[in-house]
Amino acid sequence: MGEKVLMKGAEAIAEAAIRAGCMAFFGYPITPQNETPEYFSRRMPELGRVFLQAESEVAAINMVYGAACTGTRVITTSSSPGISLMQEGFSYIANSNVGCVVVNAMRGGPGLGDIAPAQADYFQATKGGGHGDYHSIVLAPHTIQETVDLMYDAFDLADKYRIMVVMLVDGLMGQMMEPVEFKEWVDVKKFKTPEWATVGQGDRDHRNIITSLEILPEGLEKMNLALQAKYKKIKENEVRLEEYEMDDAEYALTAFGTVARIAKTVVEMARKDGIKLGLIRPITVWPFPEKEVAKRADQVKFFFDVEMNEGQMLEDVKLAVNGKKPVHYYGRLGGVVPTAEEIYGEFKKLVGGK
Amino acid sequence: MKLIYKKPDTITERDTTYCPGCPHGIAHRLIAELLEEMDLVKKTVIVWPVGCSVFGYYFIATDAVEAAHGRACAMATGIKRAHPESFVISYQGDGDLASIGIAEAVHAAARGERISVVYINNGNYGMTGGQMAPTTLIGQVTTTTPYGRKPELNGFPMHVPEMFAALDGPAYIARAALDSPQHIIQAKKFLRKAFTAQKNNLGFSLVELISACPTNWKMTPVEAMERIRKQVLPVFPIGEFKVAKGVE
Amino acid sequence: MEKKLVIAGFGGQGVMLAGELLAEAAKDEGKFVTFLPSYGPEMRGGTANCDVIVSDKPIASPVIAHPQAAIIMNLPSLDKFEPLMEKDGLLILNKTLIPREVKRTDLRVLQIDAQTVARELGNEKATNMILLGAYAEIEKPVKLESLKNALKHFLTGKKEVLIPLNEKALEKGAEIAREFLGGK
Ligand SMILES: Cc1ncc(C[n+]2csc(CCOP(=O)(O)OP(=O)(O)O)c2C)c(N)n1
Ligand code: SF4
Ligand SMILES: [Mg+2]
Repeated sequence: MGEKVLMKGAEAIAEAAIRAGCMAFFGYPITPQNETPEYFSRRMPELGRVFLQAESEVAAINMVYGAACTGTRVITTSSSPGISLMQEGFSYIANSNVGCVVVNAMRGGPGLGDIAPAQADYFQATKGGGHGDYHSIVLAPHTIQETVDLMYDAFDLADKYRIMVVMLVDGLMGQMMEPVEFKEWVDVKKFKTPEWATVGQGDRDHRNIITSLEILPEGLEKMNLALQAKYKKIKENEVRLEEYEMDDAEYALTAFGTVARIAKTVVEMARKDGIKLGLIRPITVWPFPEKEVAKRADQVKFFFDVEMNEGQMLEDVKLAVNGKKPVHYYGRLGGVVPTAEEIYGEFKKLVGGK
Repeated sequence: MKLIYKKPDTITERDTTYCPGCPHGIAHRLIAELLEEMDLVKKTVIVWPVGCSVFGYYFIATDAVEAAHGRACAMATGIKRAHPESFVISYQGDGDLASIGIAEAVHAAARGERISVVYINNGNYGMTGGQMAPTTLIGQVTTTTPYGRKPELNGFPMHVPEMFAALDGPAYIARAALDSPQHIIQAKKFLRKAFTAQKNNLGFSLVELISACPTNWKMTPVEAMERIRKQVLPVFPIGEFKVAKGVE
Repeated sequence: MEKKLVIAGFGGQGVMLAGELLAEAAKDEGKFVTFLPSYGPEMRGGTANCDVIVSDKPIASPVIAHPQAAIIMNLPSLDKFEPLMEKDGLLILNKTLIPREVKRTDLRVLQIDAQTVARELGNEKATNMILLGAYAEIEKPVKLESLKNALKHFLTGKKEVLIPLNEKALEKGAEIAREFLGGK
């Protein structure tokens, strides 16, 4: 690890991707993450790597799709409305089994909405968004340091499973500054073109074809089953979460991303008042830490899910808890960030009601 | 005292969201004056884009819709086809029309949709902080062309009127500029013809207005107007590229 | 130790620079720090503000709902933040641009004719540094020396010549704060 530098989240994301061996960026400007492509536009040419401003997000994701088919570490970054435009490409990428990283700095929606931080794209990210039976791995860091660290893992996971990995962050994380430390540079000279990549047959004894098309239903079913088998493996091996002050907790907050960060303050406030509150923070929101949440259902009196949306992760928490304990919810919409005091106030109402 | 000039009634009292010296306001005034002069205010629906003029409906008092980024021509098509009596204007920036929305714009033109497009070329993406647009000049520094726009990396500036004039659908295609009083008077003439094309049911019409973005160009408004004359107009010359019979 | 500061004023008054300087200095001291600016059209409306938190331990929420301290550089910002201040909070005001008195009686208020003082030092642009110097002296989130050292990260190239002026402004602010503390 190197020296700590003070950096804007949106720029740290780009620097982390570059160090993690990202060789190509394609994207289209959108607030609140313009600093990310702008940073790439300065740094990528310096390193002899690719930066291209696409004519739209539709084009950008298809450029990513193309680069991914060559086995290149590739990224695009955007925010909610732009991510909506990319859904078609996501679906094609899923059924083509190619890897890439997509950053969504979520903002308030629906529609043009606003540019304030939000978490309302949770369903879109974790349940598919585009058409067909598919998933992407979805990472939900809660600090800039964690975002930077996870960026390396995002590319590794994308390569390992040949899958799209979504970094689900929000406008607040893009705009804030915090000291960060970057891990070692990934040695890109060691990168080899994978044998499945479509780069021209060359010395291969077969040609490679990457397609999401299979016109026979039985054939497409087989492709789907292969995808599902891959997702099962990911569910078994890649679930990540943080359990904060959960050892003796009588109540559990559930939250991801920025809200989870605020929730840590709430936990401290409760502990000061002698209330045993903890936090379960999924780091992979897909695959969701079902088993871990289920286990805590035996321990706590209730769960209290807090999000900046109308209760989206709430559904996954409820599925995991499976009726064993009450799951309460509090949220703010449209880009309003709840304060720790506000969340604690809501929590105390629930405790007091007992 | 004699009143020699007043703001058109169709321009609202609200403070605009534009930076000082931004020509978006001039374009708004020309549209409002023409709608009044041609008695179109009550029939008009303006499709506003995503860009600095995203709040345009606060400033021109007509019926209005707000399109998704780049989709204004498609939305305008929908309105006009569903309700042909409406007078439909699509107001778009150069990122909105020439980049993300070029497909929608080209096909509206090719179909000869009876809509009028006011296309603001300010050489960058004003709203998002000055990134490269399809109209950015070679060598121009923007926040995503920090080393200047290079043809081998980013291609060349797009000449929308020249391209569209090659299609059969348009009835009127022109380019004007908003840098000086003479050019603004001429711009109004061109816009009048574009609106006439729609009024007389002749086909698609589009006027590109060469504009400025003093904020992101990092210039004073006066310097920005100078730049238009010295650097932009030689690349994007003023003129009429297609004039159907009956537009005059 | 956890210090939560809001800095607010017009765009162009150096609000962000003051916040980033404090963040940089805190980072250099090995402390935890978050800097959160207001952004987007919010800024076009004229006022800009940022939240800076400096702490000995990891910082949970970077958002400050109720500031313990605020550097207020213009009137609209006082109107906005006065009601939000924590009880006994510290308000440091740029009196030059704030014609009214503080209404609340449960706050510590330091009024500095900062723009005039900065002009006397040689440049009105150093107003932000006078106010930041005063804040640092009273609340001690970082050492004054660290702030001075951090200046070189921001004033580079042609702006390097401004470092001595900004150092002087930080010191002057601290001096005014000492008088304020002594007078109490
Ligand atoms: C799908 C989508 N992508 C990106 C954006 C972000 N965005 C807002 S305005 C804009 C560009 C505007 O530029 P232009 O059309 O030239 O208008 P100007 O602001 O220069 O008048 C972009 C990229 C968006 N709102 N939606
Ligand atoms: S950013 Fe540019 S185009 Fe947008 S309002 Fe300001 S000057 Fe006009
Ligand atoms: Mg533009």
